[in-house]
Amino acid sequence: MSKLSYTKALNRALGDALAEDPAVFVLGEDIGAGLAGPTLGLLDRFGPGRVVDTPLSEQAFTGMAVGAALAGRRPVIEFQIPALLFLVFEQLVNQAHKFSLMTGGQTGVPLTCLVPGSGSRDGWAGQHSDHPYSLFAHAGVKTVVPATPTDAYGLLLSAVRDPDPVVVFAPAALLGVRENVTWELAPVPLGSARVHRTGTDVTVVAVGHLVHEALAVAEELAGEISVEVLDPRTLHPFDWAALAASLERTGRLVVIDDSNRSCGIGAEILATAAEEMRLIAPPRRITRPDGAVLPFALGLDRALQPGRDQLLHAVRSVVKNPWR
Amino acid sequence: MTDRQLGSLESLEGRYRMLRLIRGFEQLALGLVKSGAITGGIHPYIGQEAVAVGVCAALRPQDRITSTHRGHGHVLAKGADPGRLLAELCGRVDGLNQGRGGSMHAADLSLGILGANGIVGAGAPIAVGAAWAARQAGEDRVAVSFFGDGALNQGVLLESLNLAAMWQLPVLFVCENNGYATTLPAATAVAGSGTGRAAGFGIPAVEVDGMDTEAVREATALAVRRAREGGGPAFLECRTYRFEGHHTMERRMKLRYRSPEEIEQWRARDPLERAAAALDGGRRAAIDTEVEAELAEAERFALASGHPDPAGACDHLYADGLRPRAGAVA
Ligand SMILES: Cc1ncc(C[n+]2csc(CCOP(=O)(O)OP(=O)(O)O)c2C)c(N)n1
Repeated sequence: MSKLSYTKALNRALGDALAEDPAVFVLGEDIGAGLAGPTLGLLDRFGPGRVVDTPLSEQAFTGMAVGAALAGRRPVIEFQIPALLFLVFEQLVNQAHKFSLMTGGQTGVPLTCLVPGSGSRDGWAGQHSDHPYSLFAHAGVKTVVPATPTDAYGLLLSAVRDPDPVVVFAPAALLGVRENVTWELAPVPLGSARVHRTGTDVTVVAVGHLVHEALAVAEELAGEISVEVLDPRTLHPFDWAALAASLERTGRLVVIDDSNRSCGIGAEILATAAEEMRLIAPPRRITRPDGAVLPFALGLDRALQPGRDQLLHAVRSVVKNPWR
Repeated sequence: MTDRQLGSLESLEGRYRMLRLIRGFEQLALGLVKSGAITGGIHPYIGQEAVAVGVCAALRPQDRITSTHRGHGHVLAKGADPGRLLAELCGRVDGLNQGRGGSMHAADLSLGILGANGIVGAGAPIAVGAAWAARQAGEDRVAVSFFGDGALNQGVLLESLNLAAMWQLPVLFVCENNGYATTLPAATAVAGSGTGRAAGFGIPAVEVDGMDTEAVREATALAVRRAREGGGPAFLECRTYRFEGHHTMERRMKLRYRSPEEIEQWRARDPLERAAAALDGGRRAAIDTEVEAELAEAERFALASGHPDPAGACDHLYADGLRPRAGAVA
């Protein structure tokens, strides 16, 4: 048995992906030094032809990765901070994502973006604390947010093998999390949810690090309310069948999601459940506020993030209040 | 305008005082990172002080600057109150940005400080816009954009150089080439040279010894005078060095991308020592004592300031006071 950290799991997935397919290469800022963790040791192992340190030219190296993908390679870009995705939205959304359709299926773009440290990192303030996964799901780019080290390994490996662009968000709050692993690490298919805990009263859909908060709340409420915790793992494509099955059991829904409220993935989950699934009570969502920008001071940063207390309260109120 | 700001960098003594203040401020802040009073860490400016002081000594109070993630030196040299900057780094209500911005967003618009910035290269077009607006308004203000060698590879910087040159705007691009973008050596990342790139847009570009406050001041003064007279933009590449790591987190990570010998060689060229050597020993000691007292007061002020009320976490999200729907509603 060994303790696997989330960062180490990403590191292993990259190592295995590089080892299994010579078309795979990793590029990004300070990845030779392994500054962010996931690329530690890869330069020594695979050399500068497979692990490419780039200048601070995000638009150029993301577009370059698209070109390399069209030429038969499988690029993996590590982004130092989530805000850099705003810089390269053009390359990812306007180019990489649209290529397959616009070429009438002549080609796909097997490009993976890895964003370690997404979301609030204590004290990094406005431009370093975004968690922009909802934007990518909205644009239709395959979007993944693993919650555990084994899922981080399995989903990243699947992302690299996937024929389309995939963005993998590794929440800052999880990078140090460790898990006892007694089994062989394996790929996890994109688009498959995971029920971490079964229950009969209410389904809590939790994204990324909030899965752990949801599990803690479920434990705290055990005996009072039976909470099912569902981790979608992939936000696009979303495992709607798993959600529908869960709501067949519980009929009640709370979503906890660390992105902004308006047009966030939480809104989509609530809307789809309301349109298509079995609900016996009004659903609720716990999110950041509309259009939130995280302020620097820690107390303010925390005040805008969804947390355990609000979830607890929301679960109780959903169970108490049926449709009027 | 504070008295300290008006004309304070005009004399050799005043410039030494500012170098000393920035150095002492950074050391104080490093201590507060260690003690936990500053969360998230900082990007220390120690070693590069001559650039901020030399450039700002050639500016007027109404001139504007944009800064970087390594911005404390620029912000202080442009006249910000050290107590309020430190309070900002500590996330307190009396901070320059009321605790909302922290180190990477420190700003004081009343002093022409349009903000440190967490996105590399992002300050350049902002400075271009400030210069354009000043010229449209018929004011003879200039704008200065500080950035590192890493920013030389940002497309937006090159686009900014083009706009500034095409429109002959009063903007000064100051590249602080400290040899590294985090762990990446400029020598392996920048094709051609910074000055060569600026020259390609027809912008006069010079290299300056970034460890020499006086050399930086003289080069800036020349460029600023020309810009005020309608002569358009200029580009200054200041060769300098950061004595500390990229970020305070770096020590914990035990990264090694610079040799101890290289660091020692640059330390031997400390801009603070150089400026001190031009002063009489007694005056120097007196200034040191004054600065110590000012920093002690800054620390007292910062730590006495309160923490912002979490209920106001969305205050200032919109300039018109629009209140967004809360997120984590229970
Ligand atoms: C556009 C962008 N890319 C990457 C980063 C992450 N990052 C922050 S500072 C930095 C290095 C900047 O180097 P340089 O411009 O030379 O300035 P220095 O740190 O040397 O002062 C990097 C890569 C960022 N903040 N913004």
